[in-house]
Amino acid sequence: MSGWMDHLTIAPIIIPLLAGALMMLIDERRRTLKAAIGLASALALLVLAILLLLLADGMPAGGGEAAVRVYRLGDWPALFGIVLVLDRLAALMLVLTAILGVAALMFSLARWQNAGAHFHSLFQFQLMGLNGAFLTGDLFNLFVFFEIMLAASYGLALHGSGLARVRVGLHYLVINLAASLLFLIGVSMIYGVAGTLSMADLASRIAVVANEDRALLEAGAAILGIAFLIKAGMWPLGFWLPNTYATVNAASAAIISILSKVGIYAVLRLWLLMFGEGGGASAGFGGVWLLAGGLLTIAFGSVAVLATQNMARLAGASVLVSSGTLLAAVGTGQVAVTGGALFYLTGSVLGIAGFFLLIELVERGRELGADVLAVTREAFGEDEEADEDDQVGVPIPATMAILGSSFIACAILLAGLPPLSGFLAKFAMLGPLLSPGGAGVSATTWALLAAFVLSGLATVVAMTRTGIDVFWASPAVTVPRVRVVELAPVMLLLAMCVALSVQAGPVMRYMEATARSMHAPHGYVGGVLPTPWPSRPQEGDVR
Amino acid sequence: MELILALGIGVLTGSGVWLLLRPRTFQVIIGLSLLSYAVNLFIFSTGGLRTGAVPVLERGTMGHLATYADPVPQALVLTAIVISFATTALFLVLLLAARGLTGTDHVDGREKDR
Repeated sequence: MSGWMDHLTIAPIIIPLLAGALMMLIDERRRTLKAAIGLASALALLVLAILLLLLADGMPAGGGEAAVRVYRLGDWPALFGIVLVLDRLAALMLVLTAILGVAALMFSLARWQNAGAHFHSLFQFQLMGLNGAFLTGDLFNLFVFFEIMLAASYGLALHGSGLARVRVGLHYLVINLAASLLFLIGVSMIYGVAGTLSMADLASRIAVVANEDRALLEAGAAILGIAFLIKAGMWPLGFWLPNTYATVNAASAAIISILSKVGIYAVLRLWLLMFGEGGGASAGFGGVWLLAGGLLTIAFGSVAVLATQNMARLAGASVLVSSGTLLAAVGTGQVAVTGGALFYLTGSVLGIAGFFLLIELVERGRELGADVLAVTREAFGEDEEADEDDQVGVPIPATMAILGSSFIACAILLAGLPPLSGFLAKFAMLGPLLSPGGAGVSATTWALLAAFVLSGLATVVAMTRTGIDVFWASPAVTVPRVRVVELAPVMLLLAMCVALSVQAGPVMRYMEATARSMHAPHGYVGGVLPTPWPSRPQEGDVR
Repeated sequence: MELILALGIGVLTGSGVWLLLRPRTFQVIIGLSLLSYAVNLFIFSTGGLRTGAVPVLERGTMGHLATYADPVPQALVLTAIVISFATTALFLVLLLAARGLTGTDHVDGREKDR
C-alpha cells in the first residue's frame, strides 16, 4: 500500500463523488462551468478506466497472488476493513461505464442538461454508484453502491419532469425499493449462515457450510438473485423495464441502460464465486433457473420487440432480449460460453446506448408530420422545450443520411447480423456449445440456438419495419435539427462497436481470460484473503 | 423473545405486503415503510438474540458468540435505516408530484373507472 499506483483502484469512485459534490455547491445558472466539470470528470474516468483495464490485462489469468488488485481502505487486514477488488471483469465494466458516461454527457449538453436542476451532479453520482458496484468486494457495500446508483437513477429518470415521467418514475421507484428490501433479506440470510459478507471469504466457506444450513444459504442466495434479476429484467420480473426506459429522457436512458447489465454483472460475479467450481455440494445451484429464465426472457423480449409501435419501446424491448441472451449464456456455466457472453455484453451495452441516443434525434424529425406520434408524445409527456436559440444550432448536411446509416448499424448490432459485433458474439457463445468434444449436441444447445436465431429474426423484422416507417414512408419528414455535439456521441458509440468487430481477436482473448479467471475463483479468493488464513473454519463450525 | 420477534416480523411483513399491493400511493408508502421495518428487524435477528451482551470486546478477551453480541448486523441495520429513510423521503416527493400532476392518488395516475 504505497505509491500512487495503488490508489488508482479507488479513484473511479472518488473522482465522480468529488465532482458531483462540488457541483452541488455551484449555482444552477452557471451551466457552462458545471458542464466543463462534468465532462472533465467523465473524461478522467475514461482515461483511468482504460489504464486499469491495461493493468488488469497484465494479470495472470490462472490464479495466484497477482490475479486481482486489492485495495484495502484504511489498510485494515482482510475481513476487518472494506476492500475494493479490481479484476478483469470489473475493469471491463468500468471502461464500459466510462464510455457511456462520456457519450451520454456529451449528448446532454445540447439540450437535456437544461431541462431541470442538478442534472450534472446526479449524473456524477450515477457514475460513482456504477463504478462502486463493479469494484466492491463485499456484499453489503454492493448494496450501498446499488442504492447510490439507484437513487441517482431515480433523479435522472425523472429529469425533464412531465406527467408520463412522474407516473412511470413512481412505478420504477416502488419496484426498486421492494427489490432493495429483497436484497437486504438475501444478504442477511447469507450472513446468518456463513457469518461473512466478504465475497472472497464467502466463496471459500460455501463448501464447508454444514449440510443442515445449506438450504437456508441457498434460499438466501436465491432471494439475493431475485433482487439482481429484477434489475436485469428477467422474465417475469422485467415487466417494468421497457416502459421505464422508453419514458426516460435520451441522455439519461443511455446511461441507465447499463443498470440492467449491473444486474447481470452481479449474477455473474456472485454465482460463479459462490456456486462455481469451489461450491462443494452447492456447485451449479440455480444454473437451470438462469438458463430457463434467460430463454423465457428472450422469448418475451422478442414478442415485445415485434409488438411495439414506438422506437423507444423497441429499444427497451431489445434490452430485455440482450438480458435474456446473457442470462441464458451464463446459465450454461461453461467457460468458453461465458467469454462469448462478455463479448456480447460489451457490444450490446454500446449498441443499445447508441440506439437510445439515436432515437431521440430521429424522433425529433418526425415531430411535425408524425402520424403515430400520439403515443410518443404521450410517452414524452409535456416536453419542456428548450429555448429556440438552443435548438437551432448548425444543421449538418446529409443529416438524414447519417441518421439512417446509424439506424442500420444499430439494427445490425441488435439483431446480431454479420459483420458487426453482435453476430461475432452470438457465434462465440454458440460455437463452443455446438462442437463439444465428441459428444452430441444437447437439447439445451438447440434451444439456445433457436432462441438466438429467432430473437435476431424478430429484431430484424421490427427494426426494418420501423426503419421503413421512419426514413422512407413518412410523408412529411422534416430534416431534424441535429447538432454536432448530439451526433458525435452516437457516432462514437457505433464506432466503438465497429472497432470491437474489427479488433475481435484481441478483445476476445481478453474476454476469454476474464471468463477463465471468473470460473476459477481461487485466484480472486487468494488475492483478497491473506494466505495462509490462520484459522480455517472447520466443518460445522460455521455459524 | 424469539417468538415475539418472529411474530413482529411476520405481522409487519404481512401488513406491508398487503399495503404495497393497494392502489393508493399513500398506502404504498406506508407498506414500504412497514416492510423496511420488518427487514431491519430481520437483519438484526441474524446476529442472534442475546440480552445484556456487549458488542465490543475487552482487551485480551476472546469473543464467543454465546456471550457477545455480533456488531456487524447492528451496523448493517443502521445503514439500511438511513438508506430506507432517504428513499422513503424521495418517494414522498414523487408521490406529491404525481398527486399534483394527475389530480389523483392512484398509483397508475388515473382512476380505474374513468
